[in-house]
This record gives sequence, structure tokens and C-alpha cells, in this order.
Amino acid sequence: MRHYFTILSHEIRTLLYSPSTYIAAVFFLGVMGFIFASILDIYSKSPQETPPAVVFFQFFWFPVLFMVPLLTMKTIADERRQGTLETLLTTPVNTAEVVLGKFTAAYLFYLILWASTLGFHYILQLHSRDLQGLDPGPLIGGYLFIAISGLLFIGIGIFASSLTRSQPVAGIFTVVLLIIVILGPRYLGDLSAISNSTLTPLKGALESLQISTHVEDFTHGVVDTRQLFYYLTGSTLALIFSILGVEAKLLNG
Amino acid sequence: MAEIPDITIEVSHLVKTYGALTAVNDLSFTVKRGEIVGLLGPNGAGKSTTMRILTGYLPANSGSVRICGHPVASEPEATKRHVGYMPENNPLPDDMRVSEYLWFRGRLKEMPRVKLRARIDEVLELCDLKRNRHRILGRLSKGNKQRVGIAEAILAEPAVIIMDEPTIGLDPHQIIIVRDLIASLRGRMSVIISSHILPEIEATCDRVLIINGGRIVAQGSPADLRHEIFGHTSYRLEFAGERDSLAAHLKAIESTLRVASLGDCGPDGFCTATLVTESAADLGEKLLAALPANGYRIRSLGRTQPSLEDVFLAATRRSWDARLPDKPANGDSRAPLPKF
Repeated sequence: MRHYFTILSHEIRTLLYSPSTYIAAVFFLGVMGFIFASILDIYSKSPQETPPAVVFFQFFWFPVLFMVPLLTMKTIADERRQGTLETLLTTPVNTAEVVLGKFTAAYLFYLILWASTLGFHYILQLHSRDLQGLDPGPLIGGYLFIAISGLLFIGIGIFASSLTRSQPVAGIFTVVLLIIVILGPRYLGDLSAISNSTLTPLKGALESLQISTHVEDFTHGVVDTRQLFYYLTGSTLALIFSILGVEAKLLNG
Repeated sequence: MAEIPDITIEVSHLVKTYGALTAVNDLSFTVKRGEIVGLLGPNGAGKSTTMRILTGYLPANSGSVRICGHPVASEPEATKRHVGYMPENNPLPDDMRVSEYLWFRGRLKEMPRVKLRARIDEVLELCDLKRNRHRILGRLSKGNKQRVGIAEAILAEPAVIIMDEPTIGLDPHQIIIVRDLIASLRGRMSVIISSHILPEIEATCDRVLIINGGRIVAQGSPADLRHEIFGHTSYRLEFAGERDSLAAHLKAIESTLRVASLGDCGPDGFCTATLVTESAADLGEKLLAALPANGYRIRSLGRTQPSLEDVFLAATRRSWDARLPDKPANGDSRAPLPKF
């Protein structure tokens, strides 16, 4: 693990110097600001039961679908295309250190971008006359969800990037995998084919894989260890597959 | 750094296949400390694959590679510490500055910070990059990029340096600079360079391995190779006189001297002939004395030295023509050479 920090700082530096990061950040903040403003608009017209933060986090999947590929598609695919992966792996560095370093850098960036949306809530706090609906509970839960689910999403992005040398392919593959993970269980659970009583365990499993339910739980202050376990094992698995992906590509030349 | 043994690279019976294609076929060779070895071969001969296996980037199918006594397959991290590698086309990240890049690479190669700072200055000086140290890699000229690659390879003072086509795409002036740089490493580090630019190899390398179809078809110093492959010396003679009796006169001078080819005579009566002999001695003086005595007029006489290029072409053609047995009986991986 002695090269982990060298690679991490190099990756953070690369992210900070690349213009695409800033484009992605501006795009992200623009979209999130728009979503937030629309939510406030609805709230200003008629009173709602849920606090705005809960609704805000319901939309997490939308920025995830474009932010994660933008942050991760470059990581391994571009190094492979440029050939710098070869020079990297011929130093006394092992594949796990490379993958983990890239993962951590992308993850930190993901967190920073989400943390910047805290500003929205701060501005709302400053200017709203009625502070009743603005308790910090859903915010803490929501950001905790973002931090934990981010592990899995960024892991998926790194995995997709480890399989190819083309950034667009990595990006599209990430989006497809994210859609399957985020929206897949819900549609599968709604299928009439599994409403049969013998398949109830399967239906139950699909229900607990539904990420939209997880958001709801977190924003309502319920931190379920089963959900934590899902994200932690999921991201570990994605990273292990990324390491295997990088190494398998070497075997086939 | 740990003690470096006398033999830094030991490759034995290396085999690497890509599906049905055998890229490296039972290759064996050793490289001594401080030796510069040139790997020569046509495209697709297995040069790059061999180098990648030596660096531990690609795994081999069978056979073993030991770098400074450590097997590459089972102790990759130990061997990678001893190797400086510059891949084909020298990939560099476009968005870093020269000194930043060297710093990053030095840290990856486990150099302590204090030592690294001084060492970067040293290699920049050595590779004549001082003026470019703050420039962005993507904006450097090809020659400067190549020098950054070399600076990076020698940065950690490894015992073994592997460079895949270090002079590709450079202008003649830059080639000379790179060549001098490589020559300056002689004696301190073992260097393997691959190339198909032959004068390049001839000028810098102590030993040449000619590879074709994943096998070594010839090896030795450039001079040895010339002798081994051709085994004869040839002369080019321009003369006027009796054409038919020339062969007999030559036989009188030296028993193996014969006419290999005889061109048509020009309007002025002078013909061009190529003479071949197996004798190692220089027959120039004898020819100049004996032929005029027999009534020939001589306009020019020259000894033609086969270049490494001829050696290369001959060696690779042979291995191509010859139906190679799958395993050479004598244990070394050189393909049997039919008589020329």
C-alpha cells in the first residue's frame, strides 16, 4: 500500500487540472440547482407534508447517471489507450494499488461535488421565514446515503473503465450498469411473473435491493445495516472485478 | 541498492502465445552486467513481447525470466525495482510538466524524496532537458519526449534498462544524441534496446540478437555476425582484359577465389566483377600485383564489407526459408542455419 498515496495524489492532481472536471461540476451544480429551485417552487405554491430535503434526495439518481460516468470513464480506459498503463504497471506498483488510488480520487471528487449542494440548503435557511420544515435530520441522512451509495456507484464506474480502452464505451457501459442497479429491481419487482406466491422470497429480495427505498429510509433517519452491507459488499466486489478486469486484459494482450 | 549479480538478465526457454499465434518461441539468452544488447528483428518478430515479459507486464506461457537473480513470475515487485522500461512509442501523460512527471515516477519507483530531488536534476542534465523542465509533456517535440522517456527509464538507477525502439521517429541529429546517451550507460547498467534501424544497433550495441518468428536466428557482436553468416569476403573489381581466363588467373592467386558475378563490359572495355573468397586474409595487394602482370588493366578494386543490414536480411531470410524443427536438438534456441 505504499504507492497508494502517490497514485491518489497524482489522480487528484489530474482531476483538478483537467477542464472536463470543471465542466462536469458546473453542469452538476446547474442541474441540481434547477431541481432544487423547482422543488421550492412547488413548496411555495402549496404546503407539503415532507420536508424539501427528502424530495431533493429522491432525485439523486439523475445526477448520478451522468456524474459518475464523467468522473470515472477516463480513469483506467484512457491510461490504457495512451499506453501509460503499461509504464504504470512496470513500476513496483500492484494493480490493487492503482485501482484503489483511482477509485478514491474519483470518490473524493464525487463527495466534494455533492457537498457543494449544501450551499442550496444554507441559502434556503438564510432566506426562509418559516424554519419549521427545515430540520437538519433529513439532510444528515440524505448526505450519509449519498456518501455510502457513492462507493458502489463509483466502483461500478471504475469497473466499466477497466474493461475497455475507449472512454465513450466505458461511459455508456457505466450508465447501463447504473440504470440496472438503480432502476432494475423496481421494474423486476413490478413484473406480474413474480407475483406468484412461491416467488415471494425473490420478490422480498428485489424489494430490499430498491435504492429508492434506501433513500427514503436514510432521509427518515433509518440506517439499516443490511443496506450498508449491500453498498459495502457491492463496492468491494466492483473493485475486485476492476482489478481482475485490468489483469485479464493483460493476459489477452 | 542490493548487490547486483554479474548476469542481470537470464531468459530460458521462454514461450508466449496469443491464441493460435506463437509470438515468442523457446527463447533463451543472458545479458551480463553493463552490456548493451540490441534486439533486432522484422515487425512481429516478438521483440516487444519479449521486452514486456522481461518487465513483468505480460505473463509468459512457459519458460523463466530472472532479473538480477529474482524470477519475474513469482517476485514481480522485486524484479520491477531493478528495471527501467521505456515502451514502444514512449507513452507520456500529456497534461504534466517534465519535472512533475519525473517526480511522480520517482515516487512510484520508491525513491526517497531527498534523493529524488537531486537525481531529477542529474537526469535532466544528462538528457539535456534542463531548459524544458517546466514545459508540458504534450507540447514537447518528439525528440524531447523521447529524452524524457529515457530520463524516466534511468531515473531510479536500475540495473537493467529496457527500451523498445528508443530512436523511432527522430531526426538524424537527435538519433546521435540518443545514441550517445545510451552509450554513456555502458558498463554501469545492462541495456536492451530493440530496433529495426540497423546502423543504430551497430553503433551502440556490444551484442546483437537477431530474432525472427519468436526465435533467435543469430547472435553475437556485429563483426562476429558478419563472419558467421557470410563466412566469406568479397571484392569488387573493375578491369579490362580477357574475360574468359580471369577465373583461372584468380585460382592461381588464392585457391578459393572465384568470380561470383561478371557484368557486361562497357564501351570503354571495362567490366565489373564481384570476386568471392573464403580466405580471411586481405587479397587486395596480391590482386593488384598479379592481374596487371597477366595483362589486365585495373581501374578500381574494393573490398565490400557486408553491412549489418545484409546480415539481418540473410539471417531472417534463412529462418524464413528453413523448415524449422519445433525444438532445436542442441538445446539453444538458435534456428539451424543452412549453408549459404
